[in-house]
Amino acid sequence: MHRLPAENPVITVQGLTKHYGTAESPVVAVAGIDFTVPKGGVTALLGGNGAGKTTTIAMLLGLLKPTSGSISVLGTDMLRDRHRVLPRMNFSSPYVDLPHRLTVRQNLRVFAQLYAVPDAAARIERLARELDFVALLDRAFGALSAGQKTRVALAKALINEPELLLLDEPTASLDPDTADWVRSLLEHYRTERGATLLLASHNMAEVERLCQQVLMMKQGRIVDRGTPDELIARYGRNNLEEVFLDIARGQGKAAERIPA
Amino acid sequence: MNGEIFGFSAARIFAMLRRHWYVLSGSWTRIVELIYWPAVQMIMWGFLTQFLAGKASFVAQAFGVFLAGMMLWDSLFRVQLGVAISFLEEMWARNLGNLFVSPLRPSEFAASVLLMGVLRALVGMIPVSLMAWWFFGFSLYEMGFALAAFFASLTLFGWALGIAVCGLIMRHGLGAESAAWGAMFLILPVAAVYYPVEVLPEWLQAIAWSLPPAYVFEGMRALLIDGVIRGDLLLRAFALNLLYLALGFAAFMGWFEAARRRGLLLGQGE
Repeated sequence: MHRLPAENPVITVQGLTKHYGTAESPVVAVAGIDFTVPKGGVTALLGGNGAGKTTTIAMLLGLLKPTSGSISVLGTDMLRDRHRVLPRMNFSSPYVDLPHRLTVRQNLRVFAQLYAVPDAAARIERLARELDFVALLDRAFGALSAGQKTRVALAKALINEPELLLLDEPTASLDPDTADWVRSLLEHYRTERGATLLLASHNMAEVERLCQQVLMMKQGRIVDRGTPDELIARYGRNNLEEVFLDIARGQGKAAERIPA
Repeated sequence: MNGEIFGFSAARIFAMLRRHWYVLSGSWTRIVELIYWPAVQMIMWGFLTQFLAGKASFVAQAFGVFLAGMMLWDSLFRVQLGVAISFLEEMWARNLGNLFVSPLRPSEFAASVLLMGVLRALVGMIPVSLMAWWFFGFSLYEMGFALAAFFASLTLFGWALGIAVCGLIMRHGLGAESAAWGAMFLILPVAAVYYPVEVLPEWLQAIAWSLPPAYVFEGMRALLIDGVIRGDLLLRAFALNLLYLALGFAAFMGWFEAARRRGLLLGQGE
């Protein structure tokens, strides 16, 4: 696995912090993290439940205001000018949905117009062919299976051919076959378009297969980072899942490297 | 970019109107519901008006006052409810996260739900006003230009309250959903819809005169009973509406930012 060049990062995050609750008893969701995401690669935020992955992605998108820190996306300060850069990015998450009563085509048509996609009808047809849901175009979104909905949500995320795609658990609740199919599609999109992907995941095999950079998160902090191969070697393990378990449980080399 | 003027895009607003049109046009039950409640009320008030007309000369002279009051009040309520329902559709669908990471700005989102509020009100009220003409021989349209002014003034107030309710629900979640249906009825007793402001206790009169609908309904009675268009009342109503609209938008934007601070835009829904 090759390390990507660090120049011209698509995302630069510095001192990013998110606290909830009161000043007297704050709940720390993200605790002053720094990272960059290089252009043209796939970076993963990896960590257990409550590690701060979804919170970080929500702050990158501007859905959540940070307590402090800075975020630059595609050279734009997201805290001041997010609307300048939003047309060039997109996202998909199991925490959001599309209107169930609208058909697949209607949903995609609305988002195509929001993103000012030229020749929206042709773009929707093409996405439907690529993601294999031509037969579903005129069915209500709410009538689709979980796997079909994931494909349509992905089409929504690709409708504007984003330079930067943020994906929160892109294969959650999918069967292994569909999940594998989605990973292939994402790899194909990245190589074809030179796009940059940032994904949050629990799925170690997915991260090993797709990602050039892994940011290991625990309790709102980035506790380690590197390529999957580097992390596996650093912790003397056989795969990323074993590394993840060491870090989550504070055992093995993680007990020495990462303060509790 | 995308036909923007000062960062405000008509194309993105039309995208949102398209989204709501898809829902409405694909559901005849929703269209029927828009007409059903105002129609039931109109028929009830129509018969009451007919009954009273045979009993008292004053009321006979003022035939239509109750019907017109009912229809204008329902327009106001339907505009406010239409704004709130258009917003709630996104909450129910858990679609706010998708919308607010798109280039759609909060002000454009607000503009789209305001326009939907008017469209929903018109879909309901135009057939009902024609039914009133057919059933009871009362035409709201005989008020002419004044009717347009009354409707515009009530629309502005419906927008103000509707957009504030949207902000409230965004900040407090679907637990505050009942505000969409209940907020307007809080002012009904002091809106002077069916009786003049002067019948209220003095302290309530002060509250009534701080609300634009009281001026509109007093103006409506002046026109239907005395045949006079009270421009002074309309002007005061419009001035107050501008104030309430500014407050409504400020509340919406304030609660939107609060929702962003608390992470409520991602994943709220049923």
